[in-house]
Amino acid sequence: MTENRKHVQCEGECCGLCCTKIEGFGVTKGQISILEDVNIHIHCGELTAIIGPNGAGKSTLLKALLGEVAHTGELRYLDSKGDCSIRPVIGYVPQQLSFDPGTPASVLDLFIACSSKMPAWLFKPKSVKERALSNLEKVKAEHLLDRRLGALSGGEIQRVMLALALNPVPNLLLLDEPVSGIDQGGLAIFYDIVSELRRNYDLSIILVSHDFDMVEKYADRVVLLNKTVISTGTPRKVLSDERTRQSFGAMRSLPGYDEYAGEEKN
Amino acid sequence: MLDIWYQIVDFLLPFDWTNHEFMKNALLAVLLLTPIFGLLGTMVVSNNMAFFSDSIGHGAFTGVAIGALLGGIRPIWGAIIFSVIFAITITVIKNRSSTSTDTVIGVFSSTAVAIGLVILSFGGSFNKYSSYLVGDILSIAPFEILLLFIAFIFVIVLWLLIFNKVLLISINQSLATSRGTNTLLVEMLFTVTIAIVVTITIQWVGLLIINSLIVLPAAAARNVTHNMRQYHAVSVGVSVLSGIAGLIASYYFNTATGATIVLVAALVFFVLFLLRKKFST
Repeated sequence: MTENRKHVQCEGECCGLCCTKIEGFGVTKGQISILEDVNIHIHCGELTAIIGPNGAGKSTLLKALLGEVAHTGELRYLDSKGDCSIRPVIGYVPQQLSFDPGTPASVLDLFIACSSKMPAWLFKPKSVKERALSNLEKVKAEHLLDRRLGALSGGEIQRVMLALALNPVPNLLLLDEPVSGIDQGGLAIFYDIVSELRRNYDLSIILVSHDFDMVEKYADRVVLLNKTVISTGTPRKVLSDERTRQSFGAMRSLPGYDEYAGEEKN
Repeated sequence: MLDIWYQIVDFLLPFDWTNHEFMKNALLAVLLLTPIFGLLGTMVVSNNMAFFSDSIGHGAFTGVAIGALLGGIRPIWGAIIFSVIFAITITVIKNRSSTSTDTVIGVFSSTAVAIGLVILSFGGSFNKYSSYLVGDILSIAPFEILLLFIAFIFVIVLWLLIFNKVLLISINQSLATSRGTNTLLVEMLFTVTIAIVVTITIQWVGLLIINSLIVLPAAAARNVTHNMRQYHAVSVGVSVLSGIAGLIASYYFNTATGATIVLVAALVFFVLFLLRKKFST
């Protein structure tokens, strides 16, 4: 009976591929509604970029997906076998990892804290170390294993966070692109790694982005978000859409303008 | 039980300062107390909770005062209950309101300390309780050493169980949440433990300096360490060594023990602070 019901629920949703569905997401803080009825459909192996003006609720959407803020609506994940009852493993790379730069925690400590029961103040388990190394290799950062977090550059932190998000390999990877602290070169490396991972691991990736050059180059699909989904489609289509221009107000030119600095810090 | 300890001390440390029973008790107390402070201090400092733990100390002081007021078999239990409630309250405040948490905590902790002082000075008998301000570890009794021993075991077990989570929260709270950590619960356990430890030890260490004992060893260790193993080893090492050195020095100079320990730890802090460049990578 349950088998049957499951089948009915899942039927015809993803055409036999695995996918993630964000259905009717809404978030209110106090009296103000931040997100309303957000519906996004993501196929595996796809990089979906979310763009939108200041305060459009982009970071809030990621936090709602993580379950960090209360929300209405549902996150549904369907794997390639058509099983929609499993909870997806979600990896998350925050916009900016704000931490005390003086703290004597190494990259390895971070991995131990995230993935081991052995207390990091006494042990450094060999298995965790090997896993950390192999994940760091995926983002070309294996040389950072024993470095202190405070001694890393913005781009290096970002890659370490990405490696951490791959441990365990997630079904859905949420990336909140940093607004500042990473140079263009570092950003390009980051995007190269992300799109390689997407291909190799068949990940669904949701990326909140502020850099339209990068979006155009790397994203498969773009979602324009402003409280709700305004438009969605290929990068070319959405970026040249009149509604995009309107959402961002009277901007001289769209690409990479740093008016977004300081957005949605909370 | 303690007789074995006395014999060990007489055998290993046949010095003038170990001749007295109260010094042997104090030495044992220091050996139990300082590792706890060294361990808890690491995450107090890494979580930027120095001020927070100070206010927990103030709550504990009020707790001890209320315990003394209520009397009963052992005033310590009333004290522990009050300071645990106090710690839970300010942890909730810290997590609820995003703005001016410092001010709210400041208001709470000054109110707490004022209540404590009013209760203890009621009827003009404050002198009797002045040890709660500066502490007197030389007066520790065998029953209290047992209490310390239980606290010691409790903290070590707790640190084995929840440390990774506390560490993750100290690095970044959102990251911890995304990894399925119940941050409020873990923080609560951590602050309640600090509250209990501080309440138990306040009469031997004193309100004025108890927070320095928590903060100084870890702060000193941060100057020269790069990972959690080193951090804890150095923090506990600094804590234990300054405890022993301070105890011995206070005996020969005839000074307040707690304050002398803090001075030694502060000295170590400054030395390591000056050496920090040599250890940086």
